[in-house]
Amino acid sequence: MDGRDALPAWLTARRLTALVGHSGTGKTEVAVNMALTLARGGVKTALADLDVVNPYFRSRERQDLFRELGIRFVSSAQAMVDADVPSLPAELNALLQDGSLRSILDIGGDSGARVLGRYRRQIAGQDSQMLFVLNARRPQVSTPEAAEWNVRRIEDIMGLPVAGIINNTHLCGETTAEDILLGASLAEEVSRKTGIPVVCHTAERSLAERLPALAEPVFPIEIYMKKPWEK
Amino acid sequence: MITVAKELWKGNEAIAEAAVRAGCRCFFGYPITPQNEIPEYMSMRMPQVGGVFVQSESELAAINMVYGAAASGVRAMTSSSSPGVSLKQEGISAMCSGELPGVVVNMMRGGPGLGTIQPSQCDYFQATRGGGNGDYRTIVLAPCDIQEAVDMTQEAFDLADIYRMPVVILGDGMIGQMMEPIEWHDIPKRELPPKDWTASGRKGRDHSNFVTSLRIDAADCEQFNLSLEAKYKTIAEKETRWAEQDTEDCEILVVAYGTPSRIALSAVEELEAKGIKAGLFRPRTVWPFPSERLAQIAAQPGLKAILVVEMSLGQMLEDVQLAVKGAKPVRFYGRVGGMIPSVEEIAEEAEKILREVQ
Repeated sequence: MDGRDALPAWLTARRLTALVGHSGTGKTEVAVNMALTLARGGVKTALADLDVVNPYFRSRERQDLFRELGIRFVSSAQAMVDADVPSLPAELNALLQDGSLRSILDIGGDSGARVLGRYRRQIAGQDSQMLFVLNARRPQVSTPEAAEWNVRRIEDIMGLPVAGIINNTHLCGETTAEDILLGASLAEEVSRKTGIPVVCHTAERSLAERLPALAEPVFPIEIYMKKPWEK
Repeated sequence: MITVAKELWKGNEAIAEAAVRAGCRCFFGYPITPQNEIPEYMSMRMPQVGGVFVQSESELAAINMVYGAAASGVRAMTSSSSPGVSLKQEGISAMCSGELPGVVVNMMRGGPGLGTIQPSQCDYFQATRGGGNGDYRTIVLAPCDIQEAVDMTQEAFDLADIYRMPVVILGDGMIGQMMEPIEWHDIPKRELPPKDWTASGRKGRDHSNFVTSLRIDAADCEQFNLSLEAKYKTIAEKETRWAEQDTEDCEILVVAYGTPSRIALSAVEELEAKGIKAGLFRPRTVWPFPSERLAQIAAQPGLKAILVVEMSLGQMLEDVQLAVKGAKPVRFYGRVGGMIPSVEEIAEEAEKILREVQ
């Protein structure tokens, strides 16, 4: 299918997109949805799981889906993850160098960003952007001050600037439009304080249709990272 | 300022915050996956609330620091995962003997030995039988979601103070690692006994308090054991907890605790959608075990079989068998070593059992 025209501009703005943010804000779910949307839109896509902090609920659990859609999936060996070894896959270099690939890099929360500091120069020299995933329902980043502090800390750790904010405010299966709107106003305040633009708001497809108009685009997502009891 | 009704928390962080809100002011621990966010969070929070955080040199040191802090009357806690909790058993036994309150979190991972960092329930025997030496028990709370983990952690400190003993929060790794919305609310107020036994200074008393686990005189030691037994009997009467769903007229009853109980619940719903009368029984305390209620359900004439589901090779199974006393067939389905049973596997097993017992 050629859905390239339908792809939102923020998603295709850069060849490399690294997702950072406070732990548990939903970076993996956003990364998986971005990669799947790109691939379904006919773009040659890669997804890298570079989380060296979380042992569970990793994008590797959906590898079958990535294979089906021809997404190049890069991650450390399961053995490394299960041995608590904070290793990065050598194959990551391919994503940084192959100009024909659009790549989504899923980075671990907070100081998990440190792992990518090693690739600072390669990333900075590329057509790349670092996006900050924000969830207003995460108490540690629920105020503009706390969120700004988190943005600056990650920028310090990475040695790279955050180029945009993704409002990914949710409460797992209990998310309402109100949550997303609360996140939109938090994102707006963080944007005002930092000068970093809001790039989009995520919402589960059914909820996305019911949202009032927002200044930035809504990115309709599906939940792929499910718990073992969820349908 | 944004007012937040529900918040999104990671299990380990939420348990740590719940402990802080329950008045925990000493945390001692040593890193091990999948519970690392507990000490990490405590290292940030303890200084903020005037408490003490120590990353000890070992798990053994951590539990003995809890012993010391508890003896001085402070609410103290340690956390670890399976191999680390094994190392703490000597200290837990000593705390039971010294009648010291404390909270121990075990985010279980696959064993034996170092095993794997993936989730498991393989420490049920260790937790419910008293994993160290001596005739003792600990209260063992088994949350199935983060809200329950938060509530139970706060209650654990009260239970520990009321009965002067360690209380174990037994979570499988998923409880620690997953994200869920929770709300903070006050737990029911319990009447707490005065801490007049602590080794925290004489304070004008006519005697010194002495905390020990040594009772050299055999007759004394026997009397002490009998007093513990009486305490455990009271706990079994007053603190046994469970939850159940659709148990009134079920023909197959699934028994599970922790996160597998949620997978089992999805399986029960799947069976019900097919017209099969299925029910779920979920122990919320695994010691004391809700044997009495389980025996009542087992005696229901319509019930044909019981299926126990665990992330082990059958440990709680024995408590179910002891409770059911052969009244109905008790079968088992488990996954181990960090593997997680699926909704489909449980539902299929239940259907297979029903065909076999017809």
